Amino acid sequence: MNHWYMLTLTGADRPGIVARITQALFEQGMNLGEASMLRLGGNFTIMMMVSGELDAGELEQALAPVAGELGLSLHIDPMEGGLHRHVVPNLMVRVSGADRAGIVARVTGVLAEHGFNIFDLESDVAGTAEQPVYLMQIAGIAAEPLETLEAALAPLREEGIEVNISPVETLVG
Amino acid sequence: MKPLPILTIPDERLKQVSEPVAEFDDELRAFVERLELTRRRGPAAVGIAAPQVGRFQRICIVDCSNTRKPVPNHGNLVLINPEITHWEGYEVGREGCLSVPDYTGNVIRATQIRLKAFDPHGEEREYEMEGFEARAVQHEIDHLDGILFIDRVVSRRTDLFKRKVYR
Repeated sequence: MNHWYMLTLTGADRPGIVARITQALFEQGMNLGEASMLRLGGNFTIMMMVSGELDAGELEQALAPVAGELGLSLHIDPMEGGLHRHVVPNLMVRVSGADRAGIVARVTGVLAEHGFNIFDLESDVAGTAEQPVYLMQIAGIAAEPLETLEAALAPLREEGIEVNISPVETLVG
Repeated sequence: MKPLPILTIPDERLKQVSEPVAEFDDELRAFVERLELTRRRGPAAVGIAAPQVGRFQRICIVDCSNTRKPVPNHGNLVLINPEITHWEGYEVGREGCLSVPDYTGNVIRATQIRLKAFDPHGEEREYEMEGFEARAVQHEIDHLDGILFIDRVVSRRTDLFKRKVYR
């Protein structure tokens, strides 16, 4: 197996980005691995594992024209790791509160102190421009019991940050 | 007794709709025993359905009595020709499957169900269940209809309230 590159592409959203980029990769004989593609604030963002015969320089050369036409910035990093390394989360933390500076740092700071390993964080700003509400869902692996994390996060409630922790029991059937 | 080999994707047979059981005999009960052995052999499976081992009959086993955090459950349930007669509420939960190695995803399921099924002796039984156990039953009955959880996975940003899941 050739080794993997992490490909990052971002730019103004429009139809056809995924099709054009993946077609260009296919034509170069590159394989795709795990990927996250999301629209954030009107931009389209791609983070994607790719592997194949090309090295980072050749890959950049192959993709630069398409990325340019689509108005996307392109970044390529060689990466360690590979497929089949999934970790199943055992805890979900949901946060909401009036949007203000520092919410994420406060919550994730407490989690980090307790050895919580985040591997999926999704956040958004809802509400209105006048009254924005910050929403965040964090999935990960807790090294300590739920009750310990709950107690550690409780003081945030007094600051108006709603934090709710629930175990994730993955059903296998 | 040896566990049965488990069919994994992309095996087309997992999409087959299973037939109702007509004979509640010793052969059926011996199969159920072997299916249970196979479930226990799997990595922490709370359920297993006959088509996962290549027998296309409406038979499944659900056992939520041994979860990390205890959940309401009816113990070890052998469900033959199961039928959900009522469902209520819905919630998202994470699922994996013996037939889908190395993948888990979020699926919307009803939170409360009523269920009719036969036991291995042909006695009809009724159950009311909720939460994790109800989810497990819905996951297994899907197998009997040739549906895998990957056919129902919802995206990270799925709006729970706009989606109608059950027909």
